[in-house]
Amino acid sequence: MGRMVRHLFRMDLTQLILIAFLSLLAAFMLLPIIFIFMQAFKPLSELFLYPPRFYVMNPTLDNFSQLLMSVDASVVPVVRYLFNSVFTSVVTVAVVVVVSTMVAYALSKHFFVGKNAILNMTIMALMFAPQAVIIPRYIIVQKLGIIDTYLAHILPLVAAPVSVFLFKQFVDQVPDDLLAAARIDGASEWHILFRIVYPICRPALSTIALLTFQAAWNTMEPSIYYIENEAMRTLPFFLGTLTSGLANNVAGQGAAAAAGLLMFLPNLIFFFVMQNRVIQTMAYSGIK
Amino acid sequence: MKMETPMHWTWRLARWKPSALRARLRLLAKRLWQDRVSYLMVAPYVLTFVIFILLPVLGAIGLSFTFYNMIEAPRYVGLLNYIYLFTEDDVFMTYVLPNTFTFAVIVGPGGYLLAFLLAWLIAQLPRRMRTFFSLALYTPSMAAAVAMSTIWLVLFSGDRVGYLNSFLLGLGVITEPINWLHSSEWLMPVMIIVTLWSSMGVGFLAMLAGILNVDPQLYEAGKIDGVKNRLQEIYYITIPSVKPQMLFGAVMAIVNTLQAGSIGVTLSGQNPTPNYAGQLILNHIDDFAFQRFEMGYAAAVSVVLLIIVYISSKLAWALFGAKEGE
Repeated sequence: MGRMVRHLFRMDLTQLILIAFLSLLAAFMLLPIIFIFMQAFKPLSELFLYPPRFYVMNPTLDNFSQLLMSVDASVVPVVRYLFNSVFTSVVTVAVVVVVSTMVAYALSKHFFVGKNAILNMTIMALMFAPQAVIIPRYIIVQKLGIIDTYLAHILPLVAAPVSVFLFKQFVDQVPDDLLAAARIDGASEWHILFRIVYPICRPALSTIALLTFQAAWNTMEPSIYYIENEAMRTLPFFLGTLTSGLANNVAGQGAAAAAGLLMFLPNLIFFFVMQNRVIQTMAYSGIK
Repeated sequence: MKMETPMHWTWRLARWKPSALRARLRLLAKRLWQDRVSYLMVAPYVLTFVIFILLPVLGAIGLSFTFYNMIEAPRYVGLLNYIYLFTEDDVFMTYVLPNTFTFAVIVGPGGYLLAFLLAWLIAQLPRRMRTFFSLALYTPSMAAAVAMSTIWLVLFSGDRVGYLNSFLLGLGVITEPINWLHSSEWLMPVMIIVTLWSSMGVGFLAMLAGILNVDPQLYEAGKIDGVKNRLQEIYYITIPSVKPQMLFGAVMAIVNTLQAGSIGVTLSGQNPTPNYAGQLILNHIDDFAFQRFEMGYAAAVSVVLLIIVYISSKLAWALFGAKEGE
């Protein structure tokens, strides 16, 4: 009995130390996030207060109205960047989800010539980063004639090896007997994918939608390299221009803080809504 | 990843007789037609994959043997770009390569070990706290893009009004404000901290999920088999069980490190970075490609980068990949 109590006590102490350590770490991780919120609601006087203060004293929406009004300063209104971002992200998510799930299902449950080649290429491409080959990518986008179109925002993101891989790992868990039974009942492959595999793999579906959204929403690659027309660029690019001359741009800092929050919130909200499904999917992420 | 030996590995001359060849072609066509639904399903992916991933990689390799300035047609120059890169490009050899090495080792394997360690620690907690801490660690990875402009530039601002400077001046740790983002001493540490801050992403979640899914019976069996402490438990039970997730995590760590490669320029606002202190391979590529328009040379640098990434991935596979018989 005494040993058990001692054991319990020791466990609690190590756990206590662990919790204390993790709490410190969590504070370090979250303070910058809280800072995004603080900055966005600070009036100009507090943004340039000396000495600077972390917390906001008199929260205001000035920065947001400033952001909306910056239409005078630049040629393109913020709403246009916002629309471009929302539009391209939503379309990209829809396209990537359909394209990735189709190929993942085929790779997982079908047998055909070339399947292994596609699978191996996909696994190799998990670590593909477009930045590394930005020159040929630029040349290809140019040759396709889609410079300055929404297609330049969407098409380069359509092939998403990580999404394909994650979804395939999840489809692998779907029992073959179930699909065989459906085929005997006369279900087409499309019916099986959309009516049987989709409902079962809903967590993975949410996960790849989330990851794709984050990739599309945050990327600056198209706006920097494939778009010359300011009216076709997206919010992250605009945020970048707001802060490029931060030191000597007093008014811009408030607008930038507001735009930063605007950029960050959708990421955060989507993740919180889907976090359980994401963790569920990740359990199957292993590469064997 | 297991490579299958190609079916037609052992060529026989008889197979090339016209009649035999025709028969084989007909058979193949029949099989392709039978699987047409599968091909339809993979077509959009394969098409975009080829156009936006495979062709750019091949294109970079091709361009790396040319002189190309975007105005005239590419001119074949053989290995000249590579020779120049390794013998004449002082900036590359004295700054870019060592910087990239420092940055990649700390952020890559370092960040990866950190992610595994934290995932393991969090897995030891009761459920509620587990959720809170994993969310707290993951959130920064979503904010990375925004954080750059709204947090770090403000926090690390170089005059005494900067948050960090003001804080440290107040504590008396420093007497003069430090120009964090424009000093050759501080740029690299700031880059590393900022990248590590946002590195607990998908790979971290994967490893956490993997650790949580280890069958508890394995640990009990381990105790009977003589596993004495937590360290042995990690080594003999946890790591072998989550190897597949660890490999995925390693692959994600490599991508993240690669993608973070332009952070020095973003933070300091200039390319090249002050005294090349934060110059990484990606910045070197951008510098030559979009400022000097030496596309062929920039492509050669990208190819070197791709080779480094490839070698790192092989390393990760050797460490965590499934061995024969597993």
